[in-house]
Amino acid sequence: MNETQSAFTARLKRVYAWYTVGVVGFVLLLGWLEQVGLTRNWIGYLFLLATVVLYAAIGVMSRTTNAAEYYVAGRRVPAIFNGMATGADWMSAASFIGLAGTLYLQGYTGLAFIMGWTGGYVLVALFLAPYLRKFGQYTIPDFLGARYGGHAARSVGVVVAIMCSFVYLVAQIYGVGLITSKLTGLSFGEGVFVGLAGILVCSFLGGMRAVTWTQVAQYIILILAYMIPVIWLSAKHTGNPLPQVAYGAVLDKVSAREEALLNDPKEIEVRKIFADRADTAERMLAGFPRSFEEGKAQAQRALDQAKGRRAPPEQIAAAQKAVDTYPKDANAAKLAWSKDLALRSRTAPPQRHAEAFPAEGDAAKSASRRNFLALVFCLMMGTAALPHILTRYYTTPSVKEARESVVWSIFFITLLYITAPALAVLVKFDIYSMLVGSEFSKLPAWVNSWARVDPTLLSITDVNRDGIVQLAEILIGSDIVVLATPEIAGLPYVISGLVAAGGLAAALSTADGLLLTIANALSHDVYYKILKPDASTIMRLSVSKALLLFVAMLAAYVAARKSADILFLVSAAFSLAAAGFFPALVLGIFWKRATSIAAIAGMFSGVAITFYYMATTYPWLRGLFGITDSVASYTWWDMSPISAGVFGVPLGFAVIVVVSLFTRPPTAEAQALVDFVRYPRLPASPGDPGPNTK
Amino acid sequence: MQADVRSALEQRKREYWRRNQRMIAVLMVVGFVVTFGVAYLARDLSFKFFGWPFSFWMAAQGALLVYVALVWFYARFMNRLDREYGFEEISERSEGAQSSR
Repeated sequence: MNETQSAFTARLKRVYAWYTVGVVGFVLLLGWLEQVGLTRNWIGYLFLLATVVLYAAIGVMSRTTNAAEYYVAGRRVPAIFNGMATGADWMSAASFIGLAGTLYLQGYTGLAFIMGWTGGYVLVALFLAPYLRKFGQYTIPDFLGARYGGHAARSVGVVVAIMCSFVYLVAQIYGVGLITSKLTGLSFGEGVFVGLAGILVCSFLGGMRAVTWTQVAQYIILILAYMIPVIWLSAKHTGNPLPQVAYGAVLDKVSAREEALLNDPKEIEVRKIFADRADTAERMLAGFPRSFEEGKAQAQRALDQAKGRRAPPEQIAAAQKAVDTYPKDANAAKLAWSKDLALRSRTAPPQRHAEAFPAEGDAAKSASRRNFLALVFCLMMGTAALPHILTRYYTTPSVKEARESVVWSIFFITLLYITAPALAVLVKFDIYSMLVGSEFSKLPAWVNSWARVDPTLLSITDVNRDGIVQLAEILIGSDIVVLATPEIAGLPYVISGLVAAGGLAAALSTADGLLLTIANALSHDVYYKILKPDASTIMRLSVSKALLLFVAMLAAYVAARKSADILFLVSAAFSLAAAGFFPALVLGIFWKRATSIAAIAGMFSGVAITFYYMATTYPWLRGLFGITDSVASYTWWDMSPISAGVFGVPLGFAVIVVVSLFTRPPTAEAQALVDFVRYPRLPASPGDPGPNTK
Repeated sequence: MQADVRSALEQRKREYWRRNQRMIAVLMVVGFVVTFGVAYLARDLSFKFFGWPFSFWMAAQGALLVYVALVWFYARFMNRLDREYGFEEISERSEGAQSSR
């Protein structure tokens, strides 16, 4: 590389400016083709093909066999580009597709994710990024190994890094499968396979270098795809194309509408119907299986009686229908009643979107507040401890640029996170004021098409048979908010394709970063640093690539099993990363006295208590470990399992501090390392006054 | 003489680090107040603010803008502090020299 850094930066800016023009041109071209009759499926295929080929091409162009290039992109990624790459690395399928939907469903409560996932970068900037850059190695376990000496701390680091990255990776590959199948009509399994190919070509050939330049490209696609529909929707509802500024007034209208809906007799009627059905189901399930026979006999008796006393025909018809629709056998009955029992969740009146900590009674309100604060805390600490994000700051040319690159990172991330609440409110306004109250015979086209595609995303049934849509009759899945926005806003299908491509970019970019983190932890930390310190660079990279393939396959296999607990696992990853890494990393830099044994004990106890709390309070894990005592007996301060890190992080800090004070101070070498990372450049000899006096 | 220079450097290092820590503490307090302080009092802070309930706006936008400002300010502060104490990197060096540890 004979090019100077500034010439390199200038060239990158040119390349990505032209690239952005190309993306816009491609979308316009497809938009024109749609006008002249290109089918939706073909638009989907073209988007999928074009983006995957693009990412693969960047991977091929960035192929490398140099260790520094492979692990840390040669440490010449300029601050602004590292910021974009971090943005794409950070924003996953969950952020892109799910977040606005979560905000739609939860209102203020969902804002914990907004604050947590941005505020974490303040911690990255203040406590970690510049020091890790100065340290200048390849992985996060590298730092633990150097600072706390020996293989023990490094190994614990490897285990924690793999544990949280792997569940996160599975969720991304799951997202890739979902989006690809929605975009093109391929099956979920084929979708996973195509996505996997896109991820692998890129990271396999060029490691961090290829992943970095692909992530920049992916950021540009995902931010365009997110912004265009929201801006359009905002212009439609408010006349102002800046949704972030305009949605305050819309929120006001939504709140007014909520008050009306809360007391609307028709809404109350629908909720009452759900409550009755749930009550019946509960009674029947309690007396099962006897209740099945009794219910059957009772329905028949009612019909006979109605016929016997020559009741009006509509009564006989109703009784006949009750007999006809009665479940055929005990198993069908159990299934139907379990479904009806689940209607209980739809009997609650709608939540007020802007209300903080909605709950009945002061105790419940304060528990809700505690959980909100704890979730923000865990998400922030977790953000600042996820290894695939922290390694990105190894790739800048200097400490100074590492600091600036955090500014760019949080800026690019905030662009999306500040827009998501606006999108949620705008869609809510559309649904509350346009859809609710409309006639079933005249539903908008997007409602019909989405309800047909996937009833878990959207289903509307006329429960009280009045021909009018009530809010309580709409069942909405969180993912639809982003996916359907282009259609709600009345945009052509090509924009829906762009949104799906954006979601794909978000999932693929995060998957790339995670995959590399796992493969590097195994190849660099375990294979090279612990097992075979004399391995050649070629050998190290070969091992890394083999592991990459293996881990990707394994993750795809797990994702294809479609476990319903993926979302929980992702949130759990934050708590585990926070408890495992944050105290050991921060004290390692800020407290010279922190000792090796203490750090290991701290990491271990932090993760252990976090995991223990999850295992005893989260239903799926309780089942896995065969825990049958009541959840309440394990719950501390009403904390929900995803915020378990709120116990792990303080314990981690406390254990490290206490044990450190009882063990021998760290070696001179470890203390010198702390000095080394704290100052961007120390004068070579004590007499060097530093260049500013020249 | 040599010992004097060495202790002068040690002095410079200590002071630099103390100022860094102090700035971190100040910024953390600001971040804590806009995040946890406002959220804790969210139910009481629901007065109108440019059309939004204040606590909602803070969690959805205000806090985020403050975070960006904090990170930006800290980067600028530290880059200046480096120069003031003579700890800044010599820019535009070639690959490898910095990671030679």
